[in-house]
Amino acid sequence: MNGQIEPMIGRYVHVEIDGEMHRIYFEESGAGIPLLCLHTAGSDGRQWRHLLADEEFAKAFRIIAFDMPFHGKSNPPAGWSGEEYQLTTARYTATIRAFCTALKLDKPVVMGCSIGGRIVLNLAIEHAAEFRALIGLEAADFQTPWYDTTWLNRPDVHGGEVCAALVSGLIAPQSPQASRMETLWAYKQSGPGVFKGDLYFYRVDGDLRGRVETIDTKVCPLYLLTGEYDFSCMPEDTRRTAAAIGGASVTIMEQLGHFPMSENPEQFRRYIAPVLDDILKQSASIKPGVHV
Amino acid sequence: MTPLPDAIDAAVIKAFTEIPALLERTPDLITRGRFLDCECRLGPTDRPFHASIRAGRIVDLTPAPMLMRSWRFSYRATPAAWAEFWQIAPKPGWHDLFALTKRGEAVLEGDLHPFMAHLQYFKDVLALPRRHFAAVRS
Repeated sequence: MNGQIEPMIGRYVHVEIDGEMHRIYFEESGAGIPLLCLHTAGSDGRQWRHLLADEEFAKAFRIIAFDMPFHGKSNPPAGWSGEEYQLTTARYTATIRAFCTALKLDKPVVMGCSIGGRIVLNLAIEHAAEFRALIGLEAADFQTPWYDTTWLNRPDVHGGEVCAALVSGLIAPQSPQASRMETLWAYKQSGPGVFKGDLYFYRVDGDLRGRVETIDTKVCPLYLLTGEYDFSCMPEDTRRTAAAIGGASVTIMEQLGHFPMSENPEQFRRYIAPVLDDILKQSASIKPGVHV
Repeated sequence: MTPLPDAIDAAVIKAFTEIPALLERTPDLITRGRFLDCECRLGPTDRPFHASIRAGRIVDLTPAPMLMRSWRFSYRATPAAWAEFWQIAPKPGWHDLFALTKRGEAVLEGDLHPFMAHLQYFKDVLALPRRHFAAVRS
């Protein structure tokens, strides 16, 4: 056999979420501290493929990325009859916790981007003790909307094309063209109305202003990293959010936008490696002697 | 040295007049706009152009105002915004048409359907001067 085979393995797990069974697709690689990665709205777990293939990180972390229901290879549940998909804060939180329970993850680190970054804040508010550390990429308690989401799902505009075109501006100009196109491809492939349904959480239901002040980083460390070219979740949105949370770590990432892990994996690695190293050091009493 | 405002205005106007020719040299982009016929208004906030697009080609680009000329949508930005948008590596917040509207440097008006249905086409057409703007300004 001559082909290069990447290290991650994909499987399905059946997960009960709010009383309904879901067949969830996930990929994983490595061994050690569970590191659960959450994709952005309207995309899927492929965004994390470079992290999943990182041999150094995989020495100390069990890196896991799952596709949310309706996304990627996680189909809608069997009972779905075509009603409009709409993600809520409660539903998103329940999905993550149910997945962690299904895989018996012991105090995982959760790293989420965009909507994944927002829900990480909610995990810190409501369930901090369940997690070893939380990492929010492009995360804020709220950000000012910059377009009308009704354009994302209507019969006279191609949903894949308009979703990809909208988010294309959130990618840093310096990001490699191949990575830019791959990032946008997931948006072109997303199911009708899924991006819009995710943004119900982001725009309507998931406003965390006035709640992030209750986050206790002594219970669970919180790291916030935002790309300087992200004009959706702008660096000042992240800084404002962090200012209300005692002990939150903030990093503004140069030459990166809204999709750091997929738009420029090499540049993102420079920023996430020290965070993972810090988490490892804090976990040294559990698993000493491993460094990334 | 920072160019004077008048010099920026003139460079931006000149860059816009070059867009139809730049588009003709970008056949893939014309192909992407092949289903688009549209009258629109594009350019600097105070000195926009009327653009007639047929099958993805800009067949006419005339400085406004034009007597009783209709347009379906309009995208106008300040000359300073266009000048920054057309840098090879624009500064954060100046690198996308919607980044400019969000920061109040551009205004999107009218019936947005042709713009949204061909969003990447318009983003790429309006970015065409990016590789040439430095030369135009000099």
